[in-house]
Amino acid sequence: MADLNPKIPQGPLSQKWSHYKDHQNLVNPSNKRKLDIIVVGTGLAGASAAASLGELGFNVKIFCYQDSPRRAHSIAAQGGINAAKNYPNDGDTIYRLFYDTIKGGDYRSREANVYRLAEVSNAIIDQCVAQGVPFAREYNGTLENRSFGGAQVSRTFYARGQTGQQLLLGAYGSLSRQIKAGTVTLYNRHEMMDLVIIDGKARGIIARNLITGQLERYFGHAVVLATGGYGNVFYLSTNAMGSNVSACWQVFKKGAYFANPCFTQIHPTCIPVHGDYQSKLTLMSESLRNDGRIWVPKKKEDAQKVREGKLKARDIPEEDRDYYLERRYPAYGNLVPRDVASRAAKERCDAGYGVNETGLAVFLDFEESIKRLGKNVIEERYGNLFQMYEKIVDENPYENPMMIYPAVHYTMGGIWVDYELMSTIPGLFVAGEANYSDHGANRLGASALMQGLADGYFILPYTLQNYLASEIKVPRIPTDRPEFTEAENGVRNRLEKLMNIKGSLSVDHFHKELGKIMWENVGMGRNEQNLRKAIERIRSLREDFWKNLCITGSINDLNTELEKANRVADFLELGELIALDALQRNESCGGHFREEYQTKEGECLRNDQDYKYVAAWEFKGSGQFEVHKEPLQYEEIEVKQRVYK
Amino acid sequence: MDLTLKIWRQKDAKSKGKFVTYHVKDISPTCSFLEMLDILNEQLIQKNEEPVTFDHDCREGICGMCSLYINGRPHGPDDAITTCQLHMRKFKDGDTIVIEPWRARPFPVIKDLMVDRSAFDKIIQEGGYISVNTGAFTEANSILISKEDADLSMDAAACIGCGACVAACKNASAMLFVGAKISHLAMLPQGAPEAKRRVLKMVAKMDELGFGNCTNTYACEAECPKLIKRSNIARLNRQFLTAKVS
Repeated sequence: MADLNPKIPQGPLSQKWSHYKDHQNLVNPSNKRKLDIIVVGTGLAGASAAASLGELGFNVKIFCYQDSPRRAHSIAAQGGINAAKNYPNDGDTIYRLFYDTIKGGDYRSREANVYRLAEVSNAIIDQCVAQGVPFAREYNGTLENRSFGGAQVSRTFYARGQTGQQLLLGAYGSLSRQIKAGTVTLYNRHEMMDLVIIDGKARGIIARNLITGQLERYFGHAVVLATGGYGNVFYLSTNAMGSNVSACWQVFKKGAYFANPCFTQIHPTCIPVHGDYQSKLTLMSESLRNDGRIWVPKKKEDAQKVREGKLKARDIPEEDRDYYLERRYPAYGNLVPRDVASRAAKERCDAGYGVNETGLAVFLDFEESIKRLGKNVIEERYGNLFQMYEKIVDENPYENPMMIYPAVHYTMGGIWVDYELMSTIPGLFVAGEANYSDHGANRLGASALMQGLADGYFILPYTLQNYLASEIKVPRIPTDRPEFTEAENGVRNRLEKLMNIKGSLSVDHFHKELGKIMWENVGMGRNEQNLRKAIERIRSLREDFWKNLCITGSINDLNTELEKANRVADFLELGELIALDALQRNESCGGHFREEYQTKEGECLRNDQDYKYVAAWEFKGSGQFEVHKEPLQYEEIEVKQRVYK
Repeated sequence: MDLTLKIWRQKDAKSKGKFVTYHVKDISPTCSFLEMLDILNEQLIQKNEEPVTFDHDCREGICGMCSLYINGRPHGPDDAITTCQLHMRKFKDGDTIVIEPWRARPFPVIKDLMVDRSAFDKIIQEGGYISVNTGAFTEANSILISKEDADLSMDAAACIGCGACVAACKNASAMLFVGAKISHLAMLPQGAPEAKRRVLKMVAKMDELGFGNCTNTYACEAECPKLIKRSNIARLNRQFLTAKVS
């Protein structure tokens, strides 16, 4: 097995990152020009890493499957980005941001990584303001903050409901500047198909040009994956249609470990499912919980009437409403973390209090805020979200409460990385949502943007240099080496195999089936029996896929069905690993809720004695996986039960 | 509802394209426009025909990847939304819907309804940013920006780069797109030092790539899914003239 040493620097927690930077190896400017770095993905982590590495003088090649780097799905993040600036003077510190993140993750993340994340958070805000990100401001010209789940301070910076867009456009601007300067070369509409390893180190990728269908070879002294999360394994999620696990899955098959795959986040406030033809779910930002109150009717008969369209939310008197989050969690109220809010919504709906025609929805109500603050204030804060809701649902949320339900949103699991964000394959770095490092078993709101930019702007530019310092004597390796040929042949064989199935069912058919299995058995509530059933059903679905799939068109051409098939083939393997990981973790923590392990009040029952570790999975052949454990040690904080009451 | 679709099919950039007629049945009004196309594509795959290729990704109106010229309007018959946010309740049973790609010389068709918009990236690369290296910053709150300016800047920065403005314009002008980026940065003090250089280079690139000029019909503003205002074009012109004469 590979080395699972997290390589945490010595010294007290608050000194580790500066100790690392003080003692790391650097590469001098003339050598930087001779070193090539491949970055896959142009979201916050990929774009910010490529831009920063280009500025340093490295020779960077960046890849995205979209038509432009500005389209990466970071763009859809709505609510905000956390930082420990303490501008509101409400008691925030770097330590508190670190502590909230560890606690929010239910004590399943690595202390040193999370501390570093909190430590660089303030620099991210400075950096983004310098780039011209138009954050919300007070009348006096200073930056404005709002609150997010899992925190008692207001530390979230935002740009209306489009924070991800504005941060990504900032990084995209910096990336564009480096493309113009010639330090970064952009390969848009290219998808990474495989990793090339030479003498045990990551040395390049095979990419498919999505316009021509041709396979192309690219060399790099190091490779960075910033390819996002794998939420689309559930088919319906808030992810973009193209979001996929394939780059991560290929490196997993080549020896990188996949950590905590069962840690997936179900976001509490999404627009409910409306039909079989549905292709994606739309998120309504967590920021809405600043001013919106979540409730269901107190009486089952009222809920029944609402479902049948015989009773309107507005006609239910105050005393007959159950503001269940405020009731159960008075200290945090509507701003409990996402996993807690999602489970509470499911609990009410399962008990028969759901409010739309499917019974799977709760109210998110702004009536009181509109009365207190005025419609114009609510419109200014959330106008674009309200508009988005109205266009999809055809209901005016200023007049009637929104109806929302939890949906798959984010994946905390990902490729295992050490403190330097390097995987178990030397020279392969993984950043952003694609790695597993910072969020434990549950991510707090407004922390994904923080992590993506921390990794790209402030961590990789250092840790990559530490690695590359020992690579300066390695000349650029020509891509006619046998390792490149072998990898390319492997990809071609797989694509031909997919094309040659010539069955009768579409890729979407299999993807939807997989999604159903995952949502029903590996979703918000999991138990041993259902997990075992899921594994069986995924295996037989996978078999069926390789027998009955139909892909039209040709392999050497733009072929969106082939692109989808290649991604779904990997999801069909990943789904099994997620279920397997959920099965071995006999405890409930964060987003991973095993029904067998809960307190009397229905909260997560963690088992720190046996499960305070990172489960890092090794690929041992098709459908065979072996788990390795990285124990989690907490030196600075006391591990406690997570209470938001 | 049952619908007749007339869709532009084109094998690749070099081939000649044509309209092909299709029929879809039992489409729910709560279905999105792209989900309706998914249903059509599922039908085509069942018949072993190649599905219709179109760009799309986030399906929540923010990535800017979806396009489509629907019944003569970019992003179809609803205001302030992208094609992926358009729902079938905007149509009625028996309708014929004509679906074309963006048509503009700087956006050549790649296949069917998919076009190449990398010209927009090239314009941004000329200077649609503030030239600051990572780490070379000052404390965020040392730069004070009035709420009014920050709001105006954000209004312009909301552009998603979809290209509807170009597709709507009879001159295939990119002035609204460029004006939005110029305005976003011009409203902020951080953007001031390189403002002149920025506007001259971006406008020169826009012209070089074959985008037309603005003749003040404002179809771009009418069709913009993010309600980017034409005042951004005025600001672009003002900045450009000032930069030229000084």
